[in-house]
Amino acid sequence: MKVIVNGQSRELSARTLEDALVELGFENAVVATAVNGDFVRKGARAVQSLADGDRLEVLAPMQGG
Amino acid sequence: MKVYGVELESRLLLGTALYPSPKILADAVNASGAQIVTVSLRRESGRERAGQDFWRLIRELGVRVLPNTAGCHTVAEAVATAQMAREVFDTSWIKLEVIGDHDTLQPDVFGLVEAAGLLARDGFEVFPYTTEDLGVGERLLDAGCKVLMPWGAPIGTGRGLANPYALRSFRARFADVPLIVDAGIGLPSHAAQAMELGFDGVLLNTAVAKAGDPVLMARAFRDAIAAGRAAFVADPMEQRDMASPSTPVFGMAFST
Repeated sequence: MKVIVNGQSRELSARTLEDALVELGFENAVVATAVNGDFVRKGARAVQSLADGDRLEVLAPMQGG
Repeated sequence: MKVYGVELESRLLLGTALYPSPKILADAVNASGAQIVTVSLRRESGRERAGQDFWRLIRELGVRVLPNTAGCHTVAEAVATAQMAREVFDTSWIKLEVIGDHDTLQPDVFGLVEAAGLLARDGFEVFPYTTEDLGVGERLLDAGCKVLMPWGAPIGTGRGLANPYALRSFRARFADVPLIVDAGIGLPSHAAQAMELGFDGVLLNTAVAKAGDPVLMARAFRDAIAAGRAAFVADPMEQRDMASPSTPVFGMAFST
């Protein structure tokens, strides 16, 4: 299925957010996630299912003012 | 300075963006004496993982982090970003920015008040980036904010305090609220001026990061903020229009 990851279309086989993060290379990374604009906390990633066309945001610490 | 129950010796809050290198950022933070640095969240690449190195660097500095919602233009974006920041940075502090204008980066004060209320009810300790409007300040306090951060001038302009009169009114109106001038500071003298007006602290980034020598400039801001604060506490003299001799005239030679 196709998921929009950080604004770019990606083909994923994972069906949950937790599996998608592993598939995308974020294992053990400090990141926060949102699906379709809503925050999904770390503890809920395993039960957050992904569907075709979902928008996934994966954010990490960055410099800021 | 005390914000949300945390006692701080330094009255300088320093941003972490735009430095020439991670090492210069770290040296500048150390030289500034800042105990709070602002940070942000951005999209991460699973291959590059740039954010992971940055986060390691910040943790090694041993300072508190104040995550921001920079770049958010809607309440929904700001709230979701704040929720993500709370999880990643493990803090309920949030520098709330809801931007209303592309050119001036002026806060959308209506969205700001709405987002502040939602976040405060959700347990956040909100540091709102606002204008110097007294009514908005009042609404932000009603929404649950315990700190207010009026702008000095638009973000990144370095123009100093654009409206000292309004900031003086803001200070007088919210006498018991910790107030931090955020944005628009370009020189240590601007920061000193804010402190002389009685503000509790100053938040800046570009003025240090874009200086020719950021580490030296960080030290200059540290000293200027300490000097400005001491001047405020020392109760400055009143200005007057006419000259008044400082050297006593009594007992002068040739006087009649």
